[in-house]
Amino acid sequence: MTWLRAAVAAAFVVVALVLQVSLFPHLAWQGIVPNLCLLVVVGTALTRGPQFAMTLGFVAGALLDLAPPADHVAGRWALALLLVGYVAGRVRQDVRPTAVAVVLTVAATSFLGTSVFALSGLVLGDLEASVPGLLQVIGVGVVWDVLLTPFVLPLVMRTFARLEPAAATA
Amino acid sequence: MSLLERPSVTQRPRSGAVPPRRVRRRRGPDPLDRRRAPDHRGVRSLLVALLMACATLVTLDHQGGDHSPLEPVRTVLGEAFGPVETGTAMLVRQVTSVPDWFRSQDGLRRDVEGLEAENAALREQIATTDFDRNRLAEYDGLTAAAERAGYALVPSRVVAIGPAQTFSRTVTIDAGSRAGISPDMTVVNNDGLVGRVLRVTRTTATVLLVLDGDSVVGGRIGASLEAGFLRGRGVLGDDGRLDLELVDDTVVPAEDDVVLTWGSQDGAPYVAGIPIGRVTQVFSSLRETSTRAVIEPFVDFSSLDLVGVVVPSGSSSDRAVIEADGSIR
Repeated sequence: MTWLRAAVAAAFVVVALVLQVSLFPHLAWQGIVPNLCLLVVVGTALTRGPQFAMTLGFVAGALLDLAPPADHVAGRWALALLLVGYVAGRVRQDVRPTAVAVVLTVAATSFLGTSVFALSGLVLGDLEASVPGLLQVIGVGVVWDVLLTPFVLPLVMRTFARLEPAAATA
Repeated sequence: MSLLERPSVTQRPRSGAVPPRRVRRRRGPDPLDRRRAPDHRGVRSLLVALLMACATLVTLDHQGGDHSPLEPVRTVLGEAFGPVETGTAMLVRQVTSVPDWFRSQDGLRRDVEGLEAENAALREQIATTDFDRNRLAEYDGLTAAAERAGYALVPSRVVAIGPAQTFSRTVTIDAGSRAGISPDMTVVNNDGLVGRVLRVTRTTATVLLVLDGDSVVGGRIGASLEAGFLRGRGVLGDDGRLDLELVDDTVVPAEDDVVLTWGSQDGAPYVAGIPIGRVTQVFSSLRETSTRAVIEPFVDFSSLDLVGVVVPSGSSSDRAVIEADGSIR
């Protein structure tokens, strides 16, 4: 069951990554696309808790850092999505999250994830950008992620709930 | 007295019973607590372990620079993801071309009329302006120079675009080392300079766009041949601009001057004479005693699709190569 869960999670991340770089640029606004990998990590965090989501966030982030066309210091998305998995996993596990709670979690973690990525770039000297420009990208990113939430999160959460019903409802 | 003592006697065992009760409460008869307590510790140690892993990744890659130990991992992932991205982009292209099928003949006729009018206006402009005619002659000369140097183009399509959230401007194209491409080659399209190749796998290559904040291109103003450096601003989309700083501070570029690449030794990373953009604004700063010009690139980066990679003439490739004289090999 663990291996099946890991395989399903990996498949989700790969599909999310490919859609993010190959499909969504056609719909992008100023080059800003929804962060599907982040949505997958949040979805697993809300059903499976922080441990699984953190590991998945690290793996997904490392893929985002290393797979083409990425060209920045590796480990930055890994750090951002790992923290996203941790924070989203801290949302109450004992009750099934409501739609509002899910949307709020996505908005908060999207802001957190992109900000951590941008800040790590500023600290490492990997990024030269103005703060208003950064905030605009982060803001539009949050809007995109919230817009895509009703299409991605139910799919991810239902899949993981079905893979292990006891853990999801406990 | 006895009344006062009695409570103290009865209290003693009670106070003695407090520590075990506290311990019991910490272990938690409550199922929620029992489930959460060990979980907490596990989460924290995993968080620390993964944070250390991130720090290791960042350190390895940041210190390594161009010879980072993660470069082989990048290549392996590129080999794996490249074909998937190419396939997805092919499917997406099928869908994005659907609206074209439904265009009626009327629509096409209107388009033709519009284009004819535009063409006539452009022709008139070229014919009437000496300045433009001179510039055209200059272009011709530069193109001829490129032809003499013997460059050829490998055609290729953009299959993946880095999200703006990464704050770097890179794309993946579907031609790699098998098509004769290697790092530090110039990438152009029919409008002008696109960028340069950063790294290649067998089937794909990653291209750094000139708009990226890390990109510096040696440029020359077409009219005065003054040299300078063009830096990207890291902004994609409609307001993507480049900043030009001229080597000679006394020269003030005129608006609408065309900027071309200056060219590097052996044509790497940029070959000479590729049009980059047009001067739109000029700022003179007394404090910095320098002139900064804003360049609007000719290439529309928000709808980048077909590009060409400049390769030495006669290099072997897995696809048809466009030679400098326009023939296809």
